[in-house]
Amino acid sequence: MGQRSSHSEHARAWTVVIDGIVVTTISNERTLEIPVEPGQHLLRVRSTRYLFSPERSFEVVAGQVVRFSCHPRSLSPIIFTRWLVWLLISLVKHELWIALKLDDADSADFNARAVAARVDVTPRAIGVRGRPTDSRALPSDVRATNVTSAPARPPTIGPSALVVNGLSKRFGERTAFADVSFDVGYGEVFGFLGPNGAGKTTTVRTLGTLITPTSGSATVAGIPLSPENGVEIRQRIAIMPESPGLYLRLSVTENLEYFAGLYGLRHATTRIKDALEAVNLSDRASDLCGGLSKGLRQRVGLARTLLSDPAIMFLDEPTSGLDPVASLEVHNLIIGLREKGVTIFLTTHRLDEAEKLCDRVAFLNTTLRTVGRTVDLREQLFKRSLVVTTLAPLKDPDQFFTGILGVDDWRSDGPNSYVLTVSDPKIAAPEVTRRLVGAGVDVLFIGEAQHSLEDVYLELIAAGVEGDQT
Amino acid sequence: MNLDGPRIRAVVRKELLDYRRKRAIVVSMFLLPILFLVEPIVSIFLASPVESNAALDKYVILPLLYLLLIAVVMPSTLAAFTVVGEREQGTLEPLLTTPLRQLELILGKAAAVMIPSVALSYLVYGIFLVAVALFAHPAISSAVFHDGPILLALFLFAPLVAGWSVVVGMAVSVRASEVRVAQQLGMLASLPITGVVVLFAIGVIQPTFTTAIAFAAGILAIDVLALRIVSRMFDRERLITGTKATR
Repeated sequence: MGQRSSHSEHARAWTVVIDGIVVTTISNERTLEIPVEPGQHLLRVRSTRYLFSPERSFEVVAGQVVRFSCHPRSLSPIIFTRWLVWLLISLVKHELWIALKLDDADSADFNARAVAARVDVTPRAIGVRGRPTDSRALPSDVRATNVTSAPARPPTIGPSALVVNGLSKRFGERTAFADVSFDVGYGEVFGFLGPNGAGKTTTVRTLGTLITPTSGSATVAGIPLSPENGVEIRQRIAIMPESPGLYLRLSVTENLEYFAGLYGLRHATTRIKDALEAVNLSDRASDLCGGLSKGLRQRVGLARTLLSDPAIMFLDEPTSGLDPVASLEVHNLIIGLREKGVTIFLTTHRLDEAEKLCDRVAFLNTTLRTVGRTVDLREQLFKRSLVVTTLAPLKDPDQFFTGILGVDDWRSDGPNSYVLTVSDPKIAAPEVTRRLVGAGVDVLFIGEAQHSLEDVYLELIAAGVEGDQT
Repeated sequence: MNLDGPRIRAVVRKELLDYRRKRAIVVSMFLLPILFLVEPIVSIFLASPVESNAALDKYVILPLLYLLLIAVVMPSTLAAFTVVGEREQGTLEPLLTTPLRQLELILGKAAAVMIPSVALSYLVYGIFLVAVALFAHPAISSAVFHDGPILLALFLFAPLVAGWSVVVGMAVSVRASEVRVAQQLGMLASLPITGVVVLFAIGVIQPTFTTAIAFAAGILAIDVLALRIVSRMFDRERLITGTKATR
C-alpha cells in the first residue's frame, strides 16, 4: 500500500481469507503459518479496510501447512522515474505482495520453497457512488434489510479474534465476574447476555484494557491482554459504551475529527465522510451533537467506532434507552456490519436483539453459564413439546395423550390447552390429531412449542444451570 | 515512553475548540485578567514620584507581582475541570478506549489550558506596560522599565507558574469526585505562589536577577516532577470504576 508512517505501519493488518472464510489477520512483514485441511483452496488477502483482491488457488496435501507473509510494495526514492510511475499507479491501484509457501510440517526451509505471488489489491468501489477511495475506507452501505434472526454463517477457522481464559475481576470483596472463558472468531457477532450487574460491561472494559483483570488471561485481536499492550490493543479495537459520550458543544464532524486524530488516521476527511454515510448521518454532519436525539447520538457513536476500522467492535448495550424505531436502525447497522465480516462483541440484556443479531451468545451472571448458538441452547435446555388447544376442555385428557408413539408425557397448560413432551413432533403430531378428531374433539391448534431466547435466559439465570462452554 | 505528537495536538485542538464554544469560559478568561489589571494600574498611577527609591520600588514591584497571579489563578479552574469534567459528561470512557496514552492526554490538556492562560497573561502585561509608558509619571515609568529582574521574572515566571497551577489542578481533577470540588481545591494551587509574592512584597526575598533565575529553575523542576506524579496518579480503572486498580 505504498509508504506509510511508522504509526500507520503499526496499525496495518491484512485479513486472510481462505475459501471465503476469514481465518486471521496478518501484519505487514510478518510471516504466518496456518494449518489447512488437505485439498484445493483459495487464498485471498484483503485489507481490513475492505479491499478486493484476486483469489489465488493452492493445493495442500496431508501434513502441509500454509505459510505466507505480506509486503506492501514500497516506494524507491532513488530512481525518480520509478517513483513517479509508482505515484501514478498508486492513485488508481494499490498493490500488495504476498509470499506464499506450502510447507511440510517438518520442514524448516521457508525461503527455499517459497512461491512469490503478486496479488493486485484494487480498492473496492465505496458506497453506491462507486467512488474509489483510500485503502482504509469503511464498509460502505452497512444498512441492511430487516431479518428476524441471525442467518446461518460458516464457522470461522484458524486463530480467534478474542480468546478469554479463566478471566476474573474483583473489586475488593465484590466479584464482578469470575473464571470467564470463551472465544470469538473473526467475523462473528457474539452476544454477551446477562442481567444488570452480571459483569458484562466490566468484561468489556477489561478486554478493552480499561480495567486490569484480577486473574486469567486473554488475547484480543491476536495481542495478549496486558497493560503493556494496552495501546496496541486499543489501536485495533473500538468500544462503544452504553452512553456514546459525545462532546455536545462540538459538531458531529468535529467529534469524529477528534477521534480520527487520536487514532492517527490518514485521510481522516474521507473516512469521516464514509463513516457518516454508513450510519446515514451525512446530512447532520454539521449539527452540534447537543442538538441530536438520543438515537442520532447513538448513531454518531457507531460512526466513531467505525472510523478506525477495528478488528473487533465492542458494542455495550447499543440500543439501551432507544425507542423501537431507533433500535431498529441500530440493529440494521449491526446486521450490515455483520454481513461485511466485522467482528462484533455485543453486550445486551435485550434477548430479541441477541437472537436477531448474534451468531452465538454467552450468558453471564458473574460466572459464565453457557455459550452457544441460540438454537443449540434451546435444544440443550428444553425437551421438544407439542401444544394442543381445543375448543372445550377434554373430559379425560389421559385417554387421548397416552399410548401414542412419540409422546413421552403431557401436562395441562390452562383449561383447554395441553403441552405434550414428545421425542419427535413429526411422528407424534399426526397421531394426536387423528385421535382427537376421531373422537369428535374440536381442535383449535396443534403445533410445536417455540422456546424463545427469553425462556433460555430465564432457565439459565433463575435455575443457575451451568451449560457447556463451547 | 514514545509520545505521539499528532495525538497530543488532537487533544489540544479539541480542548481549545471546546473552550471557544463555552461562553462562560471565554467571558471569565477575559474578565479575570481585566479585573487583575485594574489594581496595578491604579496603584502605579497613584504612586507619588517624590517617594524614596525604596518606597517607589514597592509601588512598582507589588503591582507587577500581582499581575503574575493571573497566570496562577486563571488556569487552575480550567485545569481542575479537565479530567473530572470529562468524567461527569460521560466522555472520558470513550476517550480512554482510544490508543491515547495517559501522558499524551495530560500533556494535551495541560497545553490547552496553558496556551490561553499564558497568552492572556502576556497580553495583560503588555497592556500594563504600554499604559505605564504612556500615562504614568516619568519617574514611575522609569522605575518600572529599569527594573530588569522583575520584568524578566514576570515574563519568565508566567508559563512556569501557570504550569504549576495546571499540574496541581489536573492532579485534583484526576482524583476529585465532582467538578465543583475539583475547582475549589484547584484554587489552592495559587496559595504557594501567592505566598512567594507576599514574601517579595514584604521584602523577605529581594528581587534580584539571581533570585529570578533560581526561582525559575526551581519552579521548572517542580513542574516536571509534578507532571510525572500526575501521570502516575492517572489510573484508568479508578477513573472509570471509582476503584483503584489492583495489579
